[in-house]
Amino acid sequence: MKNKDEKIGGRMSRVDAVLKVTGGATYFAEYEVPNLTYGVLVPSTITRGRIKNIDTKKAESAPGVLVVLTHVNAPKVPAYEAKEPSKTSSGRGPGMMAFHNDEIHFNGQPIAMVVADTFERATYAASLVKAEYQEQKHQTDLKANLAKGNVPKTNKSLQDYQRGEKDAYKTAPVNLEEEYVLPSEVHNPMELHGILAQWDGPDKLTVYAKTQGVKMTQQVIAETFKLPKENVQVHSQFVGGAFGMSLRVWPHEIATILAAKKVNRPVKLVITRNEMFTIAGYRPHTHQKIGIGATKDGKIVGISHWANVQNSNYEEFTEATVAMTKFMYQIPNVNTTYRVVPLDICSPIPMRGPGEATGAFALESAIDELSYALDVDPIELRIMNYPEKDPERDLPWSSNYVREAYKMGADKIGWSNRSNQPKAKMEDGMWVGYGMATGTFGAHRRPATARACLNANGTLLVQSAASDIGPGTGTAMVQIAADVMGIPANRIKFELGESNLPDAPIQGGSATVASVGSAVHEACIELRQKLVELSGNALKNAKVDTLVYEDGKINSPKDRSASITYAEVLKRNNLPKLEVTKESKLSEDQQKKFAMYSFSVHFVKVHVHPTTGVVKVKHAVALADAGTIVNHKTASSQMMGGAVGGIGMALTEEAVIDHRFGRYVNNNFADYHVPVNADVPEVDVLFVDKKDPYTTPMGSKGLGEIAIIGMAPAIANAVYNATGKRIRELPITPDKLI
Amino acid sequence: MKAFQYVRSTTAKSAIEALAKDPSAMFLAGGTNLVDLMKRGVTEPDKLIDISRLPYTKIEKESSGVRIGAMALNSQVADDKLIQEKWPLLSLALNAGASAQLRNKATVGGNMLQRTRCGYFYDTEMDCNKRQPGSGCGAKEGYNRMHAIFGTSEHCIAVHPSDMCIALAALDATVIVQGPKGERKIPFADFHRLPGDHPEKDNTLEKGELITAVTLPDSPYAKNVHYLKVRDRTSYAFALVSVAAALELDGKTIKSARLAMGGVAHKPWRLLEAEKALVGQTVSEATFQKAAEVAMTGAKGYEYNSFKLKLAPNSIVEALKIAAGLTA
Repeated sequence: MKNKDEKIGGRMSRVDAVLKVTGGATYFAEYEVPNLTYGVLVPSTITRGRIKNIDTKKAESAPGVLVVLTHVNAPKVPAYEAKEPSKTSSGRGPGMMAFHNDEIHFNGQPIAMVVADTFERATYAASLVKAEYQEQKHQTDLKANLAKGNVPKTNKSLQDYQRGEKDAYKTAPVNLEEEYVLPSEVHNPMELHGILAQWDGPDKLTVYAKTQGVKMTQQVIAETFKLPKENVQVHSQFVGGAFGMSLRVWPHEIATILAAKKVNRPVKLVITRNEMFTIAGYRPHTHQKIGIGATKDGKIVGISHWANVQNSNYEEFTEATVAMTKFMYQIPNVNTTYRVVPLDICSPIPMRGPGEATGAFALESAIDELSYALDVDPIELRIMNYPEKDPERDLPWSSNYVREAYKMGADKIGWSNRSNQPKAKMEDGMWVGYGMATGTFGAHRRPATARACLNANGTLLVQSAASDIGPGTGTAMVQIAADVMGIPANRIKFELGESNLPDAPIQGGSATVASVGSAVHEACIELRQKLVELSGNALKNAKVDTLVYEDGKINSPKDRSASITYAEVLKRNNLPKLEVTKESKLSEDQQKKFAMYSFSVHFVKVHVHPTTGVVKVKHAVALADAGTIVNHKTASSQMMGGAVGGIGMALTEEAVIDHRFGRYVNNNFADYHVPVNADVPEVDVLFVDKKDPYTTPMGSKGLGEIAIIGMAPAIANAVYNATGKRIRELPITPDKLI
Repeated sequence: MKAFQYVRSTTAKSAIEALAKDPSAMFLAGGTNLVDLMKRGVTEPDKLIDISRLPYTKIEKESSGVRIGAMALNSQVADDKLIQEKWPLLSLALNAGASAQLRNKATVGGNMLQRTRCGYFYDTEMDCNKRQPGSGCGAKEGYNRMHAIFGTSEHCIAVHPSDMCIALAALDATVIVQGPKGERKIPFADFHRLPGDHPEKDNTLEKGELITAVTLPDSPYAKNVHYLKVRDRTSYAFALVSVAAALELDGKTIKSARLAMGGVAHKPWRLLEAEKALVGQTVSEATFQKAAEVAMTGAKGYEYNSFKLKLAPNSIVEALKIAAGLTA
């Protein structure tokens, strides 16, 4: 193959780039099926209680309205009737039963869906639905309810942890204890959530979904409606961003399927931007405390980490907030405590860097605080306490190049310009600060299956039911197949986002390239071997392991005349195509032998205005130790996107609830501030780009999560370096610095 | 959104007549605020009278000053050579507002009539005296981080959201309106009002009146001006506090000054006393500090916005320093 950008490690442009920029990519909301109708939700206006009465008459008689679906008239849901837990499929079910009874769990909970012949008519009719409630006292304030935290029941890894002596930091010569608060943040991908549901018969269903896993959506719907899995077809070829919010089936999706049953026509629901805050998850508001202690020469002797996490009142949500504390540094005495605080609000859902991004804000701020207390460079402090192996499980790292990343980043940002004293430098009338922080996330790999099918003309079709919420999954898969098979990328097609394709895991936890990519890799290797076996006499004198696969041919370097095209192999064997389906997974043995993590390091330079408190990130360097980088172009975009998300976490994003009413007061894009272009500086992305020998055949590790983890504390640390003010409650808005 | 009628007027006369006939009709210009309000059910007109094609789009030099048509687009005014040369403060303020897309759509008249961005005003489930007189003020005891510190009443603590108007207030603009009774001129200071007992009234326009132009007198403030907008993100965010500052200097001596603040009151907050405190003084940080102190007389914070009591004077000093060329 001539084009090295099409090999693993290249910079191939996205295979669907033209489709995306020309409108050729069809997203769920763009499907127009015959007889389509439109659903609009009616939100609860109270926060806790019961619906006494719901008046739908006006709405029902409004023009174009087909039905107003409520708990009174909704068709029965088989799983709900069987009183089975609604949290089917490992917590990826809807959690709360839509239109099943009169209970109100949170403000904004859908109490009705109006279905009409146009979206506008449905929207107007929805405003005519009026409910009377029996209101109960509600609680939405995490701060006021910290004492009500529960030990998580659903996640063993988050039960109280202790290694060595408890709270050993207290007796260390240098120690500190501080609280760190992260507000609730909302994913807010550009594309709104929703679903299009169509019953093709009494027991057959087609949905166009916005999902991070077509197989997950298929399974949840099949279980909920007690249908054979194959009777539920899920299409989700393009997703306009998700960041975790589409990792489950939400109640409004089930409601739409019910509505389609009721009107016996397809129903499309696209929720509003306001509803993206109220009914589709968020990163939970989290109160943390860290106690950390070290010897005078900088050896950390103990750390304690407590986290109290906002939850709903109808199910339990957990994320690995305290995980990083257990293994990131060589600390003999560690204890962690994680509590879930049930409140009258929608459930959270993983948001990019779930848990770790929140935990890293506390841990990496505390490490920075300790470095000032010890008067040592924070990079030095981290290197001094670098663990040669995973101190939590006492396992060797599969790979860990975080120290290399520190060095690369320090050089790029100009760390030598930093003073170890805060408030030491001014530039253009602004305080100048430098900060850095580390991030980590498990290098997950889940079982996945890929099918590789070589056609008679030598083109290759690769398939797996993966998702692509934006990272460029299809592109990476084509590249892996092109690299293994030696077929030009423009002769390879990768199909994803269809539930009838071979099994793939959800796109979450930065595991898609590792999981699906490995399956594609292995399927292509096997396909190659089959081709060699079928090649007959042509290659009889060549050793299999010396063969070179290039330009759609098997080549024997020792005997050039013996090369044979794949198409010729098929022709000689009278085969219209040759197909391999391969399931791939990491052996349990391997998983037990190594601690597998990806690492990131973020460096930033900030300017802070001395009297208005405005923070401007002037330069950012984002580094990843994510093994071999499969595609440098798409991987850089991921890292840059994560850095931008981190700027939002650090400086602008906060979903605010008025606890008197339990209602959001800024659930729109004018008042909830995601960073805009003007907030984003030059971002340099650097990769260690060293193969991990144990994770995947490509040597890759996950990237999506670590792209954001550590960015927010890097900024907070830089703000401290600039101003001498330690902000422990995000976001760092101007009012906190004046 | 409630169904509504749409009619288009091409003359002021027909627009004013159409509005007079229909008590719940409203004028539609750029629609950048009104359409949002209609989508949220905050404003529910039965009829929209589209005035965006009225011939008031010109920016014309007058014998003493400039006349800006009410239908001139925000971006058009901001980019206008004459405005940039003689009234640069207005251009700076306009460019600090909204986003490029919105400035390309929003008109000068419409900008003046923006409603507050108070979250309690926008949420029809919450109490708001401005939206529904007598229902109460959700913000007073609520999340009032963006709210007013000057001129509030027990009924309303909302702020006026425009940037353009802060500059117009500083530059002594006059609003020209046409109404059923003919034309009248409203000094800018009298155009917007404080909430008092009637927070539902943002301004002193009478029913059926149409803004046709804004005029600015000749100004000595072509050089030493600045519009400082302190906000939560660098663009497309409303002001926590903004300051329009203009100085007429004779060497280091301040001959005259103009100061107005945004994000602090129900109307553009002109700082007449602070201006007086600057006149005749020598340009210095201490002079500006003193003026800022005067400017803060009568300010009052609420639970979440008390930081403005410090941010506002700091911003005044900073804006004056930049206007005077005292900063790096």
